[in-house]
Amino acid sequence: MIIAFTATGTTWDAAIDPRFGRTDYILIFDEEKNEMNVIDNREITNVAHGAGPQTAQKIYEYAPQVLITGNGPGGNAAAILAEMNLKIYVGAGGKTVREAYDAYKNNELNTGV
Amino acid sequence: MKEIVVISGKGGTGKTSVTCALAFIDPVNLVLADCDVDAADVHLIMKPTAKTSDDFYSGIKAVIDSKKCISCGACARVCRFDAISITGSSYAVNPLDCEGCGYCYQVCPEQAIELPIQKVGNCYTSVTRIGSQMVHAKLGIGADNSGKLVAKVKKDAKAIAEQTNKSFILVDGSPGIGCPVISSLSGADYALLVTEPTISGLSDLQRVFQLTAKFRIPTGCIINKADLNPDVARQIIEYLNVSGIKHIANIPYDEDFSKAITLGKSLVEYNPNKWLPLFQNIWQLLSKETL
Amino acid sequence: MRIAIASGKGGTGKTTLAVNLALYAAESFQVMLMDLDVEEPNSSAFIKGEQITEQRMFRTVPQWDSHSCTHCGKCVTVCQYNAIIKLGERILVLPELCHSCYACSELCPSQSLPMGEVPLGNMRSFVSGELNFIESKLDIGVEMAAPLISQSIQHADMNYSFCEYQFLDCPPGTSCSMITATKTADFVILITEPTPFGLHDLSLAVDTMRHLNKPFGVVVNRMGIGNNDVYAYCEALNIPVLASIPSKRRIAELYSQGKVLIDEVPEVKTAMDAIFCYLRGIQ
Repeated sequence: MIIAFTATGTTWDAAIDPRFGRTDYILIFDEEKNEMNVIDNREITNVAHGAGPQTAQKIYEYAPQVLITGNGPGGNAAAILAEMNLKIYVGAGGKTVREAYDAYKNNELNTGV
Repeated sequence: MKEIVVISGKGGTGKTSVTCALAFIDPVNLVLADCDVDAADVHLIMKPTAKTSDDFYSGIKAVIDSKKCISCGACARVCRFDAISITGSSYAVNPLDCEGCGYCYQVCPEQAIELPIQKVGNCYTSVTRIGSQMVHAKLGIGADNSGKLVAKVKKDAKAIAEQTNKSFILVDGSPGIGCPVISSLSGADYALLVTEPTISGLSDLQRVFQLTAKFRIPTGCIINKADLNPDVARQIIEYLNVSGIKHIANIPYDEDFSKAITLGKSLVEYNPNKWLPLFQNIWQLLSKETL
Repeated sequence: MRIAIASGKGGTGKTTLAVNLALYAAESFQVMLMDLDVEEPNSSAFIKGEQITEQRMFRTVPQWDSHSCTHCGKCVTVCQYNAIIKLGERILVLPELCHSCYACSELCPSQSLPMGEVPLGNMRSFVSGELNFIESKLDIGVEMAAPLISQSIQHADMNYSFCEYQFLDCPPGTSCSMITATKTADFVILITEPTPFGLHDLSLAVDTMRHLNKPFGVVVNRMGIGNNDVYAYCEALNIPVLASIPSKRRIAELYSQGKVLIDEVPEVKTAMDAIFCYLRGIQ
């Protein structure tokens, strides 16, 4: 399984960024390879409108099957994520990436839109 | 650190008065952020002194270099916004009509068109007259608030809150239900809706609540001017109960709102006996709700 | 004569003024009132008229033709609004971000993005005596206000030129939808409250009107609260104050019930007399 997280930092101990479109980083964890990829999304602060779709596009390139985030994507981003066959879990804001991953493994996260 | 966003949908419900009153309850423990950038009024009460000021750039507008322009008119023909017209021997862009689509730039055979990014305002980090921290912004004429600017104001506020170990960020949110208010709510821990019992108050409340529900942000509601129309106030309370929105308080119609503003004071300064207990209660409730 | 009623911020009494002024004028003239606060139009709560027409309003956005597309990505590059996203060999158009500039459509080498219509909202027209009332309202979830506003104004140009007075109830603020709504007006009335908030937001609206080179005047609502700074400001800048409407709890109550004020509150009628007298003087 490939899992994407919205995060405020680049490690397992970073906090989940509750924002989707304007998240600072996206962490992509490949369970099979036990490998973590970091997407630096901080340039998104230069985007006035449509931050969500831009972030969704970046995630698409890594073809994850799961997205773990906080508030959940807005309407435009949700429309793009819907094209990806992606299971979205929300409400992980406040947790670290590791805690969020554990919570996901224990089926403790809510599914989103 | 918890982020509480005050929003209202329509204007004139007393959102900013409520925000400023709350900002006085525990000022040393919070950073104030004014994201109602189109009509930023918090500074009129909090009288902040700017410590830093950043130019804020957003969006592009086309500019035609008259020296390179050969007056072929290709740009004017493709512009859907009638923003390009001929003046003298070359074409020029009316910046008020230009929507920054860049189509003209694509078709100009002489590369005579540039698309400079626009400076549309300033973003400030400040200290208020009561010593608390505040982040706010000011936009130029015709510049629209955007998710980008709101995100910047909130990000700066968050950085200050982290550096100085504050427990709360109190955000005066953007009006409406568009991109800026979505950005205001994004990442928030609690949304406080300020509404009024008028014919449009309830429908407005419902539209804003659709957003907070979609982002799963716990939501509470203050009904301001509650006694103006008791029937509608009752309908609003019913709606809150059905929707799982916490009814935080009713505030009666009171001229103190405008009297306090006129003196540049918050309600709790203007008449502490009347208002301080109420807003202390509200702040306590909010602290509990965001635990 | 076309008169736009605007304000620097919401909740200052813009709709109250527009409705009462239009009903007042309709006692002696053919009048059109158009509610252009398209996100949240609420003039209709105050006007009891017979609905004449209802029409859907549209704007054009590109529609992707998957068969002819060569996946070159030109559309994504030219779009300045991030409204086109390329996912592998699929193109997604996000109508809420699109400004209908046609660049992607007309520059596509394989003509794979023909423009097609998407709904914006509804426009309804009503008649009540000599008053023609038009309300434009965005569909829920549609954010693009400016195209609906300009199309509604075009509709007024074509169908209501017989009206001696056209009143436009504009969106609040000084954003681009407010500019779109006031742009074609012969005169703009800015309504404000005599408080520091009111003055501050008025000054933003005044800057905008000066920038647009529009003749304008001010109406002060809820006179009696606050202070005299708004009057001093207008005098210093040579801005005419057309009228003042007093602050009365009765007015707030009638508003919350959706009632018209000119028949119930004499001071409002007096204010309408004064505004109208001014408008006739500048024609």
